[in-house]
Amino acid sequence: MDIRFRDAEPSEEERAAVDAVLGPPASGWEGGARSAADLRFAARSEPRRDLLLPALHAVNDRVGWISEGALDYVCRRLTVPPAEAYGVATFYSLFSLSPRPKRVLHVCTDLACQAKGGQRLRDQVEQRLGPPGGSWQESPCLGLCERAPAALALEAGRPPRAEVYAPADADEMARTPADAVAGAPSPDGGGPHLDVPGDAPAVAAVPQAGQDGLVLLRRAGRVDPGSLDDYRATGGYLALRRAFELGPAGVIREVLDSGLVGRGGAAFPTGRKWDATARQPDHPHYLVCNADESEPGTFKDRVLMENDPYALVEAMTVAAYATGCPKGYLYLRGEYPRAAARLRHAIATARARGLLGTDILGKGFSFDIELRLGAGAYLCGEETAIFNSIEGYRGEPRSKPPFPVEKGLFGKPTVVNNVETLVNVLPILERGAPVYAEAEPKLFCVSGAVERPGVYELTFGATLRELLELAGTTGTPRAVLLGGAAGAFVTDLDIPLTFEGTRNAGATLGSGVVLVLDDTVDLKRLILRIAAFFRDESCGQCVPCRVGTVRQEEALHRLSRRVSHEDLLLLREVGRTMRDASICGLGQTAWNAVESAIDRLGVYE
Amino acid sequence: MIPLQPPRRLIDVQIDGETVRVPEGATILDACRAAGKDVPTLCYGDTLTPKNACRVCVVEVEGARTLAPACSRKAEAGMKVGTGTERARHSRKVVLELLGSSVDLSTTPRAAEWTAEYGADPARFGADAATVAQPAKVDNDLYVRDYSKCILCYKCVDACGDQWQNTFAIAVAGRGFDATISTEFDAPLTDSACVYCGNCVEVCPTGALSFRTEFDMRAEGTWDESRQSETTTVCSYCGVGCNLTLHVQDNKIVKVTSPHDNPVTKGNLCVKGRFGYGYV
Repeated sequence: MDIRFRDAEPSEEERAAVDAVLGPPASGWEGGARSAADLRFAARSEPRRDLLLPALHAVNDRVGWISEGALDYVCRRLTVPPAEAYGVATFYSLFSLSPRPKRVLHVCTDLACQAKGGQRLRDQVEQRLGPPGGSWQESPCLGLCERAPAALALEAGRPPRAEVYAPADADEMARTPADAVAGAPSPDGGGPHLDVPGDAPAVAAVPQAGQDGLVLLRRAGRVDPGSLDDYRATGGYLALRRAFELGPAGVIREVLDSGLVGRGGAAFPTGRKWDATARQPDHPHYLVCNADESEPGTFKDRVLMENDPYALVEAMTVAAYATGCPKGYLYLRGEYPRAAARLRHAIATARARGLLGTDILGKGFSFDIELRLGAGAYLCGEETAIFNSIEGYRGEPRSKPPFPVEKGLFGKPTVVNNVETLVNVLPILERGAPVYAEAEPKLFCVSGAVERPGVYELTFGATLRELLELAGTTGTPRAVLLGGAAGAFVTDLDIPLTFEGTRNAGATLGSGVVLVLDDTVDLKRLILRIAAFFRDESCGQCVPCRVGTVRQEEALHRLSRRVSHEDLLLLREVGRTMRDASICGLGQTAWNAVESAIDRLGVYE
Repeated sequence: MIPLQPPRRLIDVQIDGETVRVPEGATILDACRAAGKDVPTLCYGDTLTPKNACRVCVVEVEGARTLAPACSRKAEAGMKVGTGTERARHSRKVVLELLGSSVDLSTTPRAAEWTAEYGADPARFGADAATVAQPAKVDNDLYVRDYSKCILCYKCVDACGDQWQNTFAIAVAGRGFDATISTEFDAPLTDSACVYCGNCVEVCPTGALSFRTEFDMRAEGTWDESRQSETTTVCSYCGVGCNLTLHVQDNKIVKVTSPHDNPVTKGNLCVKGRFGYGYV
């Protein structure tokens, strides 16, 4: 590789931030000060490109933005061409390549927040802080839908800080940074910092917290998420012990028998995925936990990870054992600071106690987890885009086939599972597949016009009406958006909340979003936001999605002013092409909600 | 010289009901061409790994949920492919409309022909439809980057990067509709890693990258391919023996390409072969 660097120098702070992640450079060949000795040998650089995203995070999180000098230094350290690193850095919305304030307020513009007065909040913030782009910016769904409208302040520094505002108040958010962080725990005060200022207790997100009979949410609000002892005292690590008794093939058989299908939205049978990966002769196998939950209206994975982080660590260990993976990547979206802190702590504690690392529980099985933080790109939740992101490339999807079980992360067989899917594996092993399958749990993210928004656990078979009775609707319900921005609007409350039931109703369970809209919500505006979301989040790789999402949004803007038959026809034709010809699920589903709003709600009649 | 390849098994594929036999590992596009079908392609490069980004080559594969890009999807034994089904033609039409409404396709070979064939009407999105229009980047004497003509096929990035030149001067930056081909920090080409091999110009399917001579002559209105002759010869600079195709108009060399079927260079040249013809 012939790489030309530019001669922009990093500042001391930028250099220190990068070195804190990568270690000091060994020689002048990889970005250190050049010494006479360096000129006496030629060095072959080791490819370390997969550290590109962590290195960019290091600079952006310490300084607030990524300068040319910092990018050049990162490239020297990792042997990455500067043009490609620039392409990667500009892909992520949490990174800035021009100077900006250290503290940036991200104000959610997405569906649940919009249904709860998000526009008014943005107007107020704009009055106080000026136009977006400087000290505040508009953000896609922050996953705080149960407490909408929401905002998240991210402040660069050492360590970087985060603060949650939900429900957000413009006056409170306009405080100076010094005031805002005064209440934050001291970074060097010893002890783990598992909390983020402004975040709410478990019960705020889990209205059922403490109830008997919960499976996935059984520990929410009941145990200290920072305590491994609490976890073990409440049945933790029984599933892993059971897995060791069954052996890898036995675990896969249990998962197959349980009928578990993926909870990330695609509903693919988990056991078949595991079995296919385990059988691949090519090694090593990799495990990727998809915790890049970014679907507007979805927050179940955040709630699971924040309240029961060890469950995910244990479930990943079981999955790795069954599929023969020595290493797992936990890819977590960058907008979840509390989940990141709690998972980081859980992984470190598990490692210190011999539950991760070499020879786990003395069973001769070795496995470790690396936490990777995303940087603001919905698309990285796509199962192949996540590989590119981890490897240090732009988070664009790959075309399939080959499928991940055959060629995934670093070109090796990879099993990718969503957080909720993995956590389901624990009760399968603890109770046995038949008992589990009798009452299979499913999480729903209820937000919008309801009295008690939050994550609800139901068993398959319950209807939408039963779920809404638990949450209590407010106002006059007009429609329910099922499955998020990529889902569909429904009006029939007797739809059974199962994969088949929703499919028969022309909808999808997707990621479990149940966004209730009452008649005060401006539907046209909500649909415009859905269109803007897909336009913003398209990676730009394929034409149907890159241009189609723009044309969809343009037509909807025209329709919101004046209904025309031509624009409706145009939407249908573009929508059909996006669904048929896009590379990945983003483009393929970008027209779903709009279509159902036109056909079922008659928005433009 | 034609390098011999190891023997490969043959598989049968149905293209529009007609069975064709192609070697294992062939793409659907290979099979379509073997069956004599004219499937349009833009981002497909005969010397590059298919990126399947443009989606004008989509075909309908029986049993598949979505349409498949013919240029990259491997043909499988027994596969039933429809190249001219209503679904496939509809997607091609809309993709051509989406491209034609956002990008200047005036110098894209065959774009006008396909637009007519598929009945595409790029103007239907209205006069206010967003485009990628921008001034051409003329920052060196050898070639011009006119990104208002860029369909983001990734071919130049692949040719500059690990597929041929290993220079990595350009990459895709930004996201979505705002994604562009860019040098690092969007620096002028003269400040970038570019070595002016021109291999990106060679593979560009739309004329977004063009010789400075071609760009200037088009601006003057003197560019006329009907008056051009092509002569393939051997580069005289070094001993490798790369083939050059000289494009001559009015007894002057107006651009240099290289035959893609040359087993040594596969269409690639260096700065001397591509641009160093002033002495001729």
